[in-house]
Amino acid sequence: MDPRLGTAVIVVLGVPAVLIGYIWLTERVLGLLGQRARPRLRPWLWLAPALAFLIVFLVYPSIGSLIRSFQNAAGTKFVGLDNYAWFFNDDATLIALKNSLIWLVVLTGLTVGLGLLIAVLVDRVRYETVAKSVIFVPLAISMVAASVIWTFMYDYQVPPNPQVGTLNAALGSAGIAPIAWVQISDFSLNSILLVIVMAWMWTGFCMVILSASLKGINPELLEAARVDGATERQVFRRITLPLMAPTIAVVMTTMVITALKAFDVVYVMTSGHFDTQVVAFQLIQELYNFGNPGRASAIGIVLLLAIVPVMAFNVRRFRAQEAIR
Amino acid sequence: MTAETVRAASVGRWARFGRRIPLHFVVIFLMVIWLIPTIGLLVNSFRPPEALTESGWWTAIFSPSQFTLNNYAHVLAQSNISAGFVNSLFISIPATVIPIMVAAFAAYAFAWMKFPGRDILFVVVVGLLVVPLQSTFIPILTLYGPKGLNIAGSFLAVWLAHTGYGLPFAIYLLRNFMGELPREVFESAAIDGASPVTSFFRLALPMTVPAIAALAIFQFLFVWNDLLVALIYIGAQNPDNAPLTIVVSNLVSSLGGGWQYLAAAAFVTMALPLAVFLALQRYFVRGIVGGSVKG
Amino acid sequence: MIEQIGSTRTRVATAVAVLAIISAACSGSATPTPAASTAPSAAASVGASMAASPSPAASAAAGSLAGQSVTVIGTWGGSEQDAFMAMVKPWEDQTGATVKYTGTRDLNTVLTTGVASGVLPDLAGLPGPGQMDQWASSLVDLSTVLDVNTYKSETAAPLVDLGTVNGKMVGVFIKTSIKGLIWYDPKVLDLSAGAPTTWDALQTVIANNKTKAAAPWCLGVESGAASGWPGTDWIEDFVLRTAGPDVYNQWWQGKVKWTDPAIKAAWQSFGQIVAQSYGGGTAVNATNFANAGDPLFKTPPGCLFLHQASFITGLGAFPKMATGTDYNFFPFPDINTQFTGAVEGAGDLFGMFHNTPAAASLMAYLVTAPAQDIWVKIGGAISANKNATDYPDAISKRSADLLANAKVFVFDASDLMPTAMNNEFWADIVKYVQHPDQLDALLADLDKTQADAYAAQ
Repeated sequence: MDPRLGTAVIVVLGVPAVLIGYIWLTERVLGLLGQRARPRLRPWLWLAPALAFLIVFLVYPSIGSLIRSFQNAAGTKFVGLDNYAWFFNDDATLIALKNSLIWLVVLTGLTVGLGLLIAVLVDRVRYETVAKSVIFVPLAISMVAASVIWTFMYDYQVPPNPQVGTLNAALGSAGIAPIAWVQISDFSLNSILLVIVMAWMWTGFCMVILSASLKGINPELLEAARVDGATERQVFRRITLPLMAPTIAVVMTTMVITALKAFDVVYVMTSGHFDTQVVAFQLIQELYNFGNPGRASAIGIVLLLAIVPVMAFNVRRFRAQEAIR
Repeated sequence: MTAETVRAASVGRWARFGRRIPLHFVVIFLMVIWLIPTIGLLVNSFRPPEALTESGWWTAIFSPSQFTLNNYAHVLAQSNISAGFVNSLFISIPATVIPIMVAAFAAYAFAWMKFPGRDILFVVVVGLLVVPLQSTFIPILTLYGPKGLNIAGSFLAVWLAHTGYGLPFAIYLLRNFMGELPREVFESAAIDGASPVTSFFRLALPMTVPAIAALAIFQFLFVWNDLLVALIYIGAQNPDNAPLTIVVSNLVSSLGGGWQYLAAAAFVTMALPLAVFLALQRYFVRGIVGGSVKG
Repeated sequence: MIEQIGSTRTRVATAVAVLAIISAACSGSATPTPAASTAPSAAASVGASMAASPSPAASAAAGSLAGQSVTVIGTWGGSEQDAFMAMVKPWEDQTGATVKYTGTRDLNTVLTTGVASGVLPDLAGLPGPGQMDQWASSLVDLSTVLDVNTYKSETAAPLVDLGTVNGKMVGVFIKTSIKGLIWYDPKVLDLSAGAPTTWDALQTVIANNKTKAAAPWCLGVESGAASGWPGTDWIEDFVLRTAGPDVYNQWWQGKVKWTDPAIKAAWQSFGQIVAQSYGGGTAVNATNFANAGDPLFKTPPGCLFLHQASFITGLGAFPKMATGTDYNFFPFPDINTQFTGAVEGAGDLFGMFHNTPAAASLMAYLVTAPAQDIWVKIGGAISANKNATDYPDAISKRSADLLANAKVFVFDASDLMPTAMNNEFWADIVKYVQHPDQLDALLADLDKTQADAYAAQ
């Protein structure tokens, strides 16, 4: 029997037990303190484990990134805003920024829009589980496999050799000559095709969450509206959608950030060639291939600043929600 | 029942079905579109490598004689495939359980406890979603390495790392669902003298089960399919602990030879996450919240 | 409610524990047992290696390293990984130690984080001489591990030099390849009278045989993140043979600009090749390098020639073809007879990060001829060791001889450049193939990157 099994079982059962014990203990301790101290201290005690992990694994490296973004490649001296200046003046970067924007808009639009549509539609059919599984399968496929799949989809063979790619074969049966899809940067077509690959995978993600939210709506509310004579569309627009709004915002925020960080698809399918470069991939290239952590960190900080508007939107939403609650 | 009502009922049934045809059409159309790429890979996983570059996968349907199990046999014959599978389980299960628990407590605090700076702190936590994993590798590995805790190469290293990486989204999602719960439930519980701990375990958690199920699916999936985190924190230090993703990536030579095995490997590794998804489907049940509000 | 929560949690916990138990039981022992000690056949081969190259640290008495292990990381996967494991098996059998190999395409990421954090494997395949330079301070001085004199006598001098940084030997070549061979199908082209030795003669052959194939050249530069590298090999061959090895070496050292007329002329010659390639620029960028040579064997042939390194014999349609009858090669012809006999090669470098007894013993074993012969015999690899001669067929033997007897040997220039420069070189090949009219703009960009990348060194 594998000796590591013992550790794993201890961890799986033990960690929850430890956490629960910790909370129980904090309640005991709080009980000893004054009535007023309890609600003030309790949140922080409950947040402590999460904050500890976040500080170690995400905040501490980010502070390191911030400092390094002001240093040169070797990390030996401070160069002020040079790395940022390089980023905004480099030709390749401008293309990457444009593409990242396309990713942001198209990926979020497709995944959230389709995810919502599908969640709502399959809610009404009896084969809901099958349908949801089908949409979910691409997310379960690893990135490597997905890239193999879509490399096949977009494949181009020299005519008149038989086309192996699904898209070009479809064109062929309509009598159109094959196209080398990933090479076409007009209207950012290849970038959009790459976004479609990721949307194919992540729509299932949005669908699952939105479906959970949909199921949380009290059916009595919907019935009451229907009884009052509202059409399905009215029920959807006036009741369902507003009730799902917070979850939609969560899904949208998550997809916006995912889109900004997306690089796997680009890395595997074009590696940034044919004007498909994205900011996140630049970061990785600078950090690991070009040995320039200073520039990579600057890109990371730029990404951080880019989501500030999204975060501000979230803050406003919470405040509005609190006012209603 | 009179003949007339029977006829009326069946007409109504047909009318309802007729109205629903477009719905079914759209759903099935979407399913087919979504499935085609995957089916292409599935068909290709049963074909020999030369065939893959010569003809499209749809042609194979008409000439089943070329189908072969060689790709799957090769993948399953790898000496470390079962070790990789077990390692993936060892890594994924704790790395799913721990973040969910830690996030649940934090999410409840953010949702139902008032304290100064709550919204700003929450937004900062969510904002940490944007931190690219790659920029955390060097500092964290230094912490794990001989200059620090010296746990590089162990499962503990990846468990902790995946917890840290998974927390922002977990807290975001759970807080959203917990915040949606009806205030009256907690208020009446407080009036009845329940402590926050009781409210958490007996009210908040059970009512957030769909969200927890969704989170479990995603976190498990992300960790199960992860290659880079495992490679960096376990990788070269301790190949015995290498998960399935590393074993699969080694099926292909550095020059690209052997890529036909990736298709078979994809389906081999996909089986478990899909099973997890299906198993947790029963938690996506309507009315868990609705049932608890008794007016 | 209480029962509901309690039972849910218990159920989940039980399910998880049961799952873990079942899976562990089904897999049997997940921890590999160390290789058993002495196997008689292995002892013979190691005995031979001991006689050929007595090395101080590799005094492996049978089973002396039992229970120890060496962690190795490299880019090799699939059949390459199998070949490497076959190569180390005799060592494992003899010493009782185990080699734990991890293959990854993200070698740069792993080693960069490793060097920065101190978490490193014992032995590592190094991405290239350029990167090796950057990590020289973390790499072990191999003169403490190998018998340097024997190594130097068995290996071509340029390869020894490439593994040395500031006088410290930190890298050795585990396998090499020769670049810029011209492959053809003897059934289509009868060159038994003699392969063309000059570029002009080659053009005549092409002109005389135009009707036999759709295009003179096969070319495919797609290669994932490294797309474009087959084009860089072309340009390097042109530079080497038109401007000579001195300019070539100054060029990769960053001392010759990309806008220099000699370099520009090389790009333009490459442009002509692209124009003469099967399928044109679109196909060149869309076709993976491994499959680019397949049209050679089609009926009717898609092309007459393929320019590619010696390792192509293991890729695409080549493994199914009969060596010598279905495919053959001749070396890249001379352009300027002043620079005749120049050969471009490449190889896989290995370095050591931890000087443990087991790692030292393994390293010393890997460079010996018997060890090298194992991989050489499997095929698709040339050895840097002159005494490794167990080539499986005449074609491999010829390539190895070319390498060993090269009058002037240069290493793949793009591999020697700083990574940022190398990357831009690859990427600009792709751009040039797609937009041949943008050459001047591309060369200017390369100059900019050159100024940047070499300064950072």
